[in-house]
Amino acid sequence: MRHTISVLVENKFGVLSRISGLFSGRGYNIESLSVGETIDQKVSVMTIVTTGDDWIVEQITKQLNKLIDVIKVVDMTELDHVEREMVLIKVSPRQEDKAEVLRLAEIFRGRVVDSSTKTYTIEITGDEKKIAAIVELLRPMGIKEFVRTGKIAIAREGIKKPQ
Amino acid sequence: MKISGSEILLESLKKEGVRHMFGYPGGVVLNIFDLLHDEKDLQLILTRHEQGAVHAADGYARATGKAGVALVTSGPGATNTVTGIATAAMDSIPLVVITGQVPTMLIGNDAFQEADIVGITRPCTKYNFLVKDVNDLALTMKEAFHIASTGRPGPVLIDLPKDVTTGKAEFHWPDSVKIRSYNPTYEGNKYMITQAAHMIAKAKKPLIIAGGGVISSGAAKELTELAEMTQVPVTMTMMGLGGFPGTHKLSLGMLGMHGTYYANKAVQDSDLLIAIGMRFDDRVTGKIDAFAPHAKIIHIDIDPTSIRKNVRVDIPIVGDVNRVLTVMNKVIREEVKEPWEEVRKAWAKQISAWKKERPMTYDHEADVIKPQYVVEKIFELTKGDAIIATEVGQNQMWAAQFYQYDKPRTWLSSGGLGTMGYGLPAAIGAQLAFPNKLVIDIAGDGSIQMNIQELATAVINKLPVKVAILNNRFLGMVRQWQELFYQERYSHTRLDESVPDFVKIAEAYNAVGLRATKKSEVVPVLKEAFSIKRPVFMDFMIDWQEKVYPMVPAGAAIDNMLFPEEKKKPEKKLRAVK
Repeated sequence: MRHTISVLVENKFGVLSRISGLFSGRGYNIESLSVGETIDQKVSVMTIVTTGDDWIVEQITKQLNKLIDVIKVVDMTELDHVEREMVLIKVSPRQEDKAEVLRLAEIFRGRVVDSSTKTYTIEITGDEKKIAAIVELLRPMGIKEFVRTGKIAIAREGIKKPQ
Repeated sequence: MKISGSEILLESLKKEGVRHMFGYPGGVVLNIFDLLHDEKDLQLILTRHEQGAVHAADGYARATGKAGVALVTSGPGATNTVTGIATAAMDSIPLVVITGQVPTMLIGNDAFQEADIVGITRPCTKYNFLVKDVNDLALTMKEAFHIASTGRPGPVLIDLPKDVTTGKAEFHWPDSVKIRSYNPTYEGNKYMITQAAHMIAKAKKPLIIAGGGVISSGAAKELTELAEMTQVPVTMTMMGLGGFPGTHKLSLGMLGMHGTYYANKAVQDSDLLIAIGMRFDDRVTGKIDAFAPHAKIIHIDIDPTSIRKNVRVDIPIVGDVNRVLTVMNKVIREEVKEPWEEVRKAWAKQISAWKKERPMTYDHEADVIKPQYVVEKIFELTKGDAIIATEVGQNQMWAAQFYQYDKPRTWLSSGGLGTMGYGLPAAIGAQLAFPNKLVIDIAGDGSIQMNIQELATAVINKLPVKVAILNNRFLGMVRQWQELFYQERYSHTRLDESVPDFVKIAEAYNAVGLRATKKSEVVPVLKEAFSIKRPVFMDFMIDWQEKVYPMVPAGAAIDNMLFPEEKKKPEKKLRAVK
């Protein structure tokens, strides 16, 4: 099963490699990983999307917790949470598809952040399903380039799933 | 007053109570070594290889319980420590390894003798530091010792660029240290402990498996109390030897791949395993799906990642073994009163039947020297009052099986990593910590050659370690596998005439060399060696065909044991009855 794990870490050099080394050294999967500062500049948050059965995910969270620089580990999958990812998609549609591309961008509440005679670059933010959907719809129009940030996640306030 | 980084380093070591360390000089640590020239309170033992320095610090740590310290130079000096660090990491041994580094402004430039040792050792240290500012050095030292020796102990590396050793700063030694992201759990959950106590009372066939955690948390006394009070038999992992007296009537010796018949049988038949400070390594469990099929499992360990890593657990207790057992003993004493002897009668009877069925034994009649005989005689002559270090392979297993360890910290052996060449430097470390104790390295002719240069360290520092080489002219353990599983194709394991004359080697190093080629010479050689106050190599020319038994083939269930072939009894001819 896929898990989204949020890891608060000390913002020190080498921390990223401690985390990625843990995953590669123990043979765990990383589907995506995003890192950024939190409101406290000394602390970064890493959002890691990984897959594995319950045993493996339990080991992953414990092993992460064991790292000295890790302050807190939350398996978001166990909580009610919001997930978002941003993608930048550069599309080069045929002349007759241009309007459709713009229409799709609008339906998905995307924005065109760059355009040229042959291409549009569209920014889309959403959860996994939404991003998968827009990609599927734009694919036939000709996707030239595609960059995604990796998932970030935050827990919803006050609503915990009952055990 | 500002002092140099080198002075801060040495002052910090002294504040941590360090009196001995092991090391090897080189370009970027010259400033530190220059200070050591006049140093009175801090002794550095020069080894002959950096790997030896780290193993020696490790042996010192295992024998004393205090963090061992090694100091080496950058580049090759640093990379040579890696095997020693990984050895300590696998066995949870507290070490502080200080490596020199090229000046900060050269880092990343492929400077002379530069190696990214922080990057290299990241997966095999508990934590590591690169000190970039001399003002951080004292705090870093404090944190390093704190991390190394608390929680589940382990090695910590500090990489020290040359300009940090010369830079100046005020020396402020912090009284205490708090790392917000590092908070090991010491107290076990009381509810779980109580549950466990009641489970022990209900169990018909309970068995304690004691691991290295019993020793590192100093819980040998508490474990003995638990076992004696509840009359539960105890088996030990290799790392746990000495955590419970080997000569105790409740002891089943070691379990696992080369464990005793009765320990492995007991595990497979048990209805409750109480796993204490151990991590269910594959050498202990054998085939995991077939491990302890009838048992519920109580698992006590300070490291949550050890729990439910390899086996299912019914009652997990995260905490320091000593504190958990103290509480558990109290609960059992006050709440769970049982007529223990009576309750355990049937189980005790079953175990003693297994002990009788297949005791630990070997061919006592043989004319050739059996390695087990040598180990047994070492035990008898020392009355168990020695510190035993080992190399890795057959020598290690015979030393684990045929010497009874009654006290913690008297057995120094590379368990998790299985590092050949560990024993001699580790023995040197232990001898430095306990100058009046008899320290013996039980070695093989293969392993001893991996760090044989450390004999010079022993001689020059008057550390009278004894090395008993069980010389079979083979890389014996691999040969054993080849004999049993590779149709006796002895690929690259036959050392034969390439084995050097260890007596001459000892003499060349100005140590003493003794040899026994006949069984009758074993005891005299041992007696002579133990009476000499100098390092001694004892070369025991043993039966090359001898194997370590029982043996569980890799990947088999642990009650699937191989035993030596029985000698066929001469058939009696029946007289025809008229």
